[in-house]
Amino acid sequence: MIWLTWRQFRGAAVMMAGLLVILAVVLALTGPKLAADYSTGIAGCVQDNTCVRFYDRFFGAYETPFMALSLVVLLLPALAGLFWGAPLITRELEAGTHLLVWNQSITRARWLAVKLGLTGLVAAAATGLCGLAVTWWSDPLDKSAPGGLALMAPLVFGARGIAPLGYAAFAFVLGVTVGMMVRRTLPAMAITLAVFVAIQLAMPLLVRPHLMTPVTSTFELSEANVDGFGINRDRGGYVEVRLNDSVPGHAGAWVLSNNLLDSSGRPVAGPEPGVGSVQVSTTSGPCSPSGQQGMGMCPAEINRLGYRQQATYQPLDRFWPFQWIETGIYALLTLGLTWLSFWWIRRRLS
Amino acid sequence: MKTVLQAQGLGKRYGRRWALRDCTIDIPAGHVVGLVGPNGAGKTTLLKLASGQLEPTRGGINVLGGRPAEGPAQLAKVGFVAQDTPVYAGLSVADHLRLGARLNPGWDAALARERIRLLGLDPNHRAGKLSGGQRAQLALTLGLAKRPELLILDEPVASLDPLARREFLQGLMEAVVEHELSVVLSSHLVADLERVCDFLIVLVDSRVEVAGEVDKLLATHHRLTGPRRDPDRLPADQDVVSARHTDRQSTLVIRTDAPIHDPAWTVSRLSLEDLVLAYMEKHTADNRRIALEVR
Repeated sequence: MIWLTWRQFRGAAVMMAGLLVILAVVLALTGPKLAADYSTGIAGCVQDNTCVRFYDRFFGAYETPFMALSLVVLLLPALAGLFWGAPLITRELEAGTHLLVWNQSITRARWLAVKLGLTGLVAAAATGLCGLAVTWWSDPLDKSAPGGLALMAPLVFGARGIAPLGYAAFAFVLGVTVGMMVRRTLPAMAITLAVFVAIQLAMPLLVRPHLMTPVTSTFELSEANVDGFGINRDRGGYVEVRLNDSVPGHAGAWVLSNNLLDSSGRPVAGPEPGVGSVQVSTTSGPCSPSGQQGMGMCPAEINRLGYRQQATYQPLDRFWPFQWIETGIYALLTLGLTWLSFWWIRRRLS
Repeated sequence: MKTVLQAQGLGKRYGRRWALRDCTIDIPAGHVVGLVGPNGAGKTTLLKLASGQLEPTRGGINVLGGRPAEGPAQLAKVGFVAQDTPVYAGLSVADHLRLGARLNPGWDAALARERIRLLGLDPNHRAGKLSGGQRAQLALTLGLAKRPELLILDEPVASLDPLARREFLQGLMEAVVEHELSVVLSSHLVADLERVCDFLIVLVDSRVEVAGEVDKLLATHHRLTGPRRDPDRLPADQDVVSARHTDRQSTLVIRTDAPIHDPAWTVSRLSLEDLVLAYMEKHTADNRRIALEVR
């Protein structure tokens, strides 16, 4: 049975292996230079304290390959589910060959076990390897990425570490199970895609923030957490503070909510999320643009008045615990679907 | 005597439609069994139940002393060639033989190679490019080289031209003689089965109408032609299968074990085809009568 499964699968496997090798070679050739650039850059910027600017420049230079590689790792599990999972059984059902193979001296359960096991392992291993290679390559970039693209950010988290392996195993078994129930390749692929995308959206939006209790604390306003100050003259003139999604002292944290509090600890909401309005004179004093120093002293004045950033976040050092927990959740889902597919092939499929 | 297939009150329902109802048969070993009936009569359902592709909704079925597809040992005893003889289009002929060898402990590699050689098939040829007849032969080779005790073939010749049909059935018969296996094959054409079968099951509208050895069936069924007469007034041991009347004449097909003494009848033998047609006709006649009664 292993022979037959391999015989049917080898074309796809060889193609996959070829693409993986190309990707690995490209990463292996460019990775060391990237890491070297990063360390010389850091060594240079530490002396004159310009690392924020270095990060921006360094990340900006590699943003396109960074995004492209992350996207590839995010897409691979879906592709495994669509093109390996869904057709695995439907192709046999559509061609009628299941009737040929089910009448050899081998039970359906064993047939499914070998097909599912072998193809699934290859799919998960390939995606897992790809994920780890990209994690290694983009390490210097992950360290210099802005808050929205840091390691814990939803888009990046799913393309790093071991999570892609869990996603791929799940997507593959999902495809197989849906295929078995729907019995036709194209509808099975469509349903697999829809279900997988829904789950991949639900995970970072609904589940991942609560995997561990998020940290909530307040921070003084500084360059690290404020994007800019502005004066809004439309509604009587007050200062708007635009917060950015990062937390001072916790670089790379995943910020779940971000508010400006006044001195009594009440949130002051601005016209849009992430922006808070501060009641301070804009015609005289440190926050008046016509004053002696312009707006230069305004941030210090706002801090003095007791305005603080309150952020709820998951710190970066939870990256690996989160990776393990999430991979575990997908592993459990995979096992559940595997059980369902075996039950289905014994009871419902004919 | 050993039985290869035994069914009791066997039924299979898809949704609300019964594909097979109340089927009770007992097929002794060592026969080539023909399963005939019109399209949609339930032939494929019965064969799939026998090979374990389907689970019965009602009743029980026993094949060679075991539950169909119960485990590898049971699967090894029963060969099944499905309708339209599916093969893996992407695999070569040689690949199919390897498949058989890997998946069947009792695989007869010499037999498989010899058959492929006699058929003149190129082992490197892709199965997807074979003609219908060659594909059927390949599927039959897989079924035979597994060395089953019972070989089930579902409409194996339906899509073949007359020459390929003849060659296929000839190959099958040679194998039956050589390996002493029991065969059940279905067809909606009696002519296909007439040459090869010695046991016949007629399945009409999901019910078994008649089953038995061909010789015995032919010996107990007669066509009676004579002056017009009500079929109800026949002796009790004569079952009317079908009846046709003109103004002055009646033609009956009856089943009886006893000799026919009534001198009014001209008694003639039936061909197998006539016999099967009589049962199909009986069925439609029954349906018509039911329809009239309802009205």
